[in-house]
Amino acid sequence: MSEAARPLVTTRPDDTGIAARIEGSAIGDSVYRWMTTAFALSIPILLFFIALEVGAAAWPALKAFGFGFLTSSEWDPPHSVFGAAPAIYGTIISSIIALIIATPLALGVAIFLSEFAPSWLRQPVAFFVDLLAAIPSVVYGLWGIFVLQPLLREHVMPFLAGLPLIGQSALFEGPAYGPSMLGAGLILAIMVLPFISAVSREVLMAVPRSQREAALALGATKWEMIADAVVPYARSGIIGGVILGLGRALGETMAVTMLIGNVHKISASLFAPGYTMASLIANEFAEATGDLHLSALMAVGAVLFAVTLIVNALARWLVWRVSREARS
Amino acid sequence: MTRSTLFALAAAGLVSAACSGRESKGTPDSAASSPSPASASSGGVDLTGAGATFPYPIYQKWIADYTAKTGIKINYQAIGSGGGIRQLTEGTVDFAGSDAPMTDDEMSKAKGGPILHIPTVLGAVVLTYNVPDLTQPLNLSGDVIADIFLGKITKWNDSRLASVNPGAKLPAKDILVVHRAEASGTTYIFSDYLTAVSPAWSSGPGKSKELKWPIGLGGRGNDGVSGQVKQTPGTIGYVELAYANQNKLPVARVKNAAGQFVAPTIESITAAAGGAADKLPPNTDYRVSIVNAPGGQAYPISSFTWLLVYQRQADPAKGKKLVDFIRWALTDGEGSAAALDYAPLPRAVSKQLLDKLASIQAGTAS
Repeated sequence: MSEAARPLVTTRPDDTGIAARIEGSAIGDSVYRWMTTAFALSIPILLFFIALEVGAAAWPALKAFGFGFLTSSEWDPPHSVFGAAPAIYGTIISSIIALIIATPLALGVAIFLSEFAPSWLRQPVAFFVDLLAAIPSVVYGLWGIFVLQPLLREHVMPFLAGLPLIGQSALFEGPAYGPSMLGAGLILAIMVLPFISAVSREVLMAVPRSQREAALALGATKWEMIADAVVPYARSGIIGGVILGLGRALGETMAVTMLIGNVHKISASLFAPGYTMASLIANEFAEATGDLHLSALMAVGAVLFAVTLIVNALARWLVWRVSREARS
Repeated sequence: MTRSTLFALAAAGLVSAACSGRESKGTPDSAASSPSPASASSGGVDLTGAGATFPYPIYQKWIADYTAKTGIKINYQAIGSGGGIRQLTEGTVDFAGSDAPMTDDEMSKAKGGPILHIPTVLGAVVLTYNVPDLTQPLNLSGDVIADIFLGKITKWNDSRLASVNPGAKLPAKDILVVHRAEASGTTYIFSDYLTAVSPAWSSGPGKSKELKWPIGLGGRGNDGVSGQVKQTPGTIGYVELAYANQNKLPVARVKNAAGQFVAPTIESITAAAGGAADKLPPNTDYRVSIVNAPGGQAYPISSFTWLLVYQRQADPAKGKKLVDFIRWALTDGEGSAAALDYAPLPRAVSKQLLDKLASIQAGTAS
């Protein structure tokens, strides 16, 4: 039995046989290595070429309008005058509204699911929250037009305008029609909520049990445990989730286009319509005929690209700083 | 003997089929004039076009009927008038559709030489509105429409609106204007009309496929505009007649050049075309506007929609197919226009156009 098995183990007792086998795997390894390197490098290279292409196409408009492209509110295709300030403003404001509303909600959902929910409830609730991310953007837009907008117009906006003190402020000025910065921000909030909550939930669940036990052992209440031991531990991850949501809000197109009103105007009022960079490109690109118009839209794309890059860099830096603080 | 002759014939047929397939550019119309089942089943498309979305339903119908009749395959993509003009200028399509005539500047950039404008059907731009409690159709005049879209008339119960709507119950609500967010042939027709009837509009926003709007919300496409209008009380917007009819939108009656308030219908558009056709100069290039046309029955915001083709067709076989298709559309095709909410061309105009088609020649521009 053992005699018979022996030849199988020592098929190649000589050195050359082993060498051949090692060499064979070395070739496989290096092919594998080169392939993965190529895959990994292709992404930054692709990004570089996209930036180059967008930059080159945007150049005529940037050259013609200079810095004024970012600060001017004049968008006049028939006379080839382009300024993207309202779209830049609208993109940032609608995203900020979305984050202000979505972050506490998403964090609440995540904390409930990781700390309070009984296990039979955790899976279904998590599933439905995640499902929000799977709804197509245009469906959100339609829902926004048919449900959210009338609701805003008839109930939410009159309520906000009727609030003491802040109701009279510039934030809630002007007629309440429905298509507005507020509507766009709200729909974005619902759209980014699942991203923030999914990341936060995972991060909170990953907080070591010992962290919780230590807090409880020191006599902390459940609230103190979550606020002082669990959430700070998961802070960098939660910030990462918020930034992921912000990235999505900045680039969201279809639903916002359907709800924001598409007007080139900067207005302090949340009731007033506005524009975002993504919806501007989506609306006008296919029908743009003038060379400068096309270039201006590419320039808007370049600005959006830059804003997204800056936001992501900022997020990296924030996460890095928070996690360094936590370590020291 | 007979068998070998048959074989020789079959072989010759194969060879010639192969040749015409490979060199369809060089060989003149032998294959094109008699579309065989073989050419239809080859899977390729014989003609491609792109452009205006407004005539898309009727063009689809024409293409389907024509393909069923002749086997010629045509592909028309509704990407918008501006996109169609751009593609024709670059020579990437055989024909384009546009709701706005090309400007001299645009024509001069076309890579394939002079371009012919061939009106196909007529359409209208209508004003649709959402005024709760209004029981009768809204009446509007040109100057009132212009001032609403300029932001000078801001309330539904404005005295000028009341004066053209005697007895109507108009609320003291703000008017909210909805316009197109993207460049559009519909906007061109609408602003062409406003430019014709309002000096303030003409010296302000003017006429163009897209405008710097003084006020209002932007909606993408007819559905974007009508969606906002349907959902928001107090709104007014403009869409194409066919779209308004298919979606049962309320439409305003507009005061025409003769002082009558006219509802947009196939008849009132045809009347506008008839009034304008009488005034066409004999050597017209058909880049004409028929807004605010004379005639008591004429709906004033009417317009042709055009097919754009190069006068010199670099590929004679394709050129012949194209001319044949357009000739068919202008004769047999016109019959299906009314069922799809388009007004057919006045007979006098289509007759002139058939002569004009003869001026399309083979050869390159240079």
